[in-house]
Amino acid sequence: MDILNFLLETGFWLATVRMATPLVFGTLGELICERAGVLNLGIEGIMAAGCMSGWMWVYMGGSLWGGVMFAALVGATFGLLHAAFTVHLGLSQHVTGLGITMLASACSSFVFRMLLPKATTPPKIIPFENINIPGLSDLPFVGPVFFQQSPMTVLAIVAVIVVSYVLYRTPAGLALRMTGENPMAVESQGLSVFSIRTWAVVSGSALMAVGGAFLTLSAFDAYYIGMVNGRGWICIALVVFASWRPGKALLGATLFAAFDAVQMRVQQQAAMAIPYQFYLMMPYVFSIVALIIMSRRAAYPKALLVPFRKGER
Amino acid sequence: MRLEPRENVSLALKALGPILAIAVAMGFCSLLIIWSGASPMEAWGLLLKGSLGSTFALTETLTRATPLIFTGLAAAIAFRAKLWNIGGEGQLYAGACIATWLGTGMLDLPVWLMVPVLFLAGALAGGLLLLGPTLLKTKLSVDEVVTTLLLNFIVLLFVNWLVFGPWKDPMAMGWPQAAPVVDSAELGQMVAKTRLHWGFVIALACAVGAWALMRFTTWGFEIRAVGHNQQASRFAGIPVNAAIVRTALISGGLAGFAGVAELCGLKGYLTLDLSPGFGYSGIVVAMLAALHPLGVVISAIFVAIVSIGADSMSRSLNISNYIADVATAAALLAVLVSMLVSRYRIRWR
Repeated sequence: MDILNFLLETGFWLATVRMATPLVFGTLGELICERAGVLNLGIEGIMAAGCMSGWMWVYMGGSLWGGVMFAALVGATFGLLHAAFTVHLGLSQHVTGLGITMLASACSSFVFRMLLPKATTPPKIIPFENINIPGLSDLPFVGPVFFQQSPMTVLAIVAVIVVSYVLYRTPAGLALRMTGENPMAVESQGLSVFSIRTWAVVSGSALMAVGGAFLTLSAFDAYYIGMVNGRGWICIALVVFASWRPGKALLGATLFAAFDAVQMRVQQQAAMAIPYQFYLMMPYVFSIVALIIMSRRAAYPKALLVPFRKGER
Repeated sequence: MRLEPRENVSLALKALGPILAIAVAMGFCSLLIIWSGASPMEAWGLLLKGSLGSTFALTETLTRATPLIFTGLAAAIAFRAKLWNIGGEGQLYAGACIATWLGTGMLDLPVWLMVPVLFLAGALAGGLLLLGPTLLKTKLSVDEVVTTLLLNFIVLLFVNWLVFGPWKDPMAMGWPQAAPVVDSAELGQMVAKTRLHWGFVIALACAVGAWALMRFTTWGFEIRAVGHNQQASRFAGIPVNAAIVRTALISGGLAGFAGVAELCGLKGYLTLDLSPGFGYSGIVVAMLAALHPLGVVISAIFVAIVSIGADSMSRSLNISNYIADVATAAALLAVLVSMLVSRYRIRWR
């Protein structure tokens, strides 16, 4: 099969890692929220907000890492809004999340148009350069794939390790996981379900926004309206695929990105045999199929979607 | 902070809630308007003038409200049964696709038969599209929020392929659009020299029908019961899964109606911009109406006023027209809070 030759190309693996990075951030962020019992359908909008705000920070003269921080801050703000509505007021998590997505996307587009009213061709910034570790990065094949990536990709991997460690090895992580399973038990330990959930949604949303910022600060150098393009929704499917585990989220995001990279290359090689729209459908079809396969053993956090009210059972 | 249920909610309080909420949303948007250097009072005045200020403006608003009533009803009925149908957009396009397929020469029927047939076919397409995710939910407990949402993207790409590929109209000067529907499939103008078509009346009839269904029939009772408490409903002998499947067919069917109405009443041919997100705005409409079918009509008109008015306001004041999206999203969130506050009293401790 010469059609599969690209599996040996470094370019293919580079593309896979690049496409996986925003999904890793987004999936990790959503995972933290859901582990605490809050579904965050605001993800698509929060990623868009991170995408725009990170880019705007750099475009206005800030540093690249400053842009990442700013995006995280903006994401955290929308997360706080979501937490106020769903955790404290106990509103429907589905509808509030969609509302946050609409508000965050609309505000991003509005602010972008507001600050750059005349921009017809999207203005550009200088994005992150790939890291270059002398020696390691020069190794054939392994070097470019593992050691010549964007620093934000490294940050994503660090985030997976940190989140895994915190979730499974620290008391805070135990409390977070318990909040998603049995909030009454958390409350009886003298911990506040409200503050745990709020922190989870705020920090999870910050991670999502950083995932969005990767698109404008590393993968591309300009911001386009609608550039998140469904990646947020894919992350929600990936959380189920990952059975709410950070390690599996990394694996799932990489598999998914590899699949996406394959479809791009097959599409180029088998040009016109199948219309390109059908290739573009594949990530969504793949997500649905993954959901169906994983649904058999999907162990949703038991308190997901259930608002907690003190003194109520 | 804790929430205490209010014992008896007065009608005044119920009515005050949404009004206050809209005031909050307007306040937030006013800040954006001030930031862009315009006067909010002038802007709101222009918004009302652009959406209600003339016969033309009014008919444009009602034209815009038509698909929103359909998609709003679709969301309201599904949400009543706690079936989270986020796929209205895809179901709308599914309806429009079938109507294009049948209505561009495939069927040759007199007008009194053609339109009903197209509406039925469109409803069937929308209903069947929602049936898949619904069966996955009831049989395999796959979350329908994600599946219906992902299906929107799949259907849109499918339509993209149709209008760029096999259905591309050679007479369209290279634009990606399908051939126009035959004359007998057109809904016709309601008011001469405007774009308001009979789809609006069909939408109103659907709202009344949906209200009657929910209020007076066993089906409606079952839908509400299942949404209220699934376990109790099952215990009471209600066929829960059958009720959910029925809800899906009705909800998807109403969204399919939206597609047929836009196609046969307004556009005349299938394009990728047949719906600028009516499926998603339908969710806002349904929530603003507190999931009440008759309230959907009012809130659809409200959302239409915001979008038509904001379009015209943003043109005259040179403010980005994303202000309409910001306003609807802010109104949605504010109304959610106000509905809660009218049911509960918030105690700060």
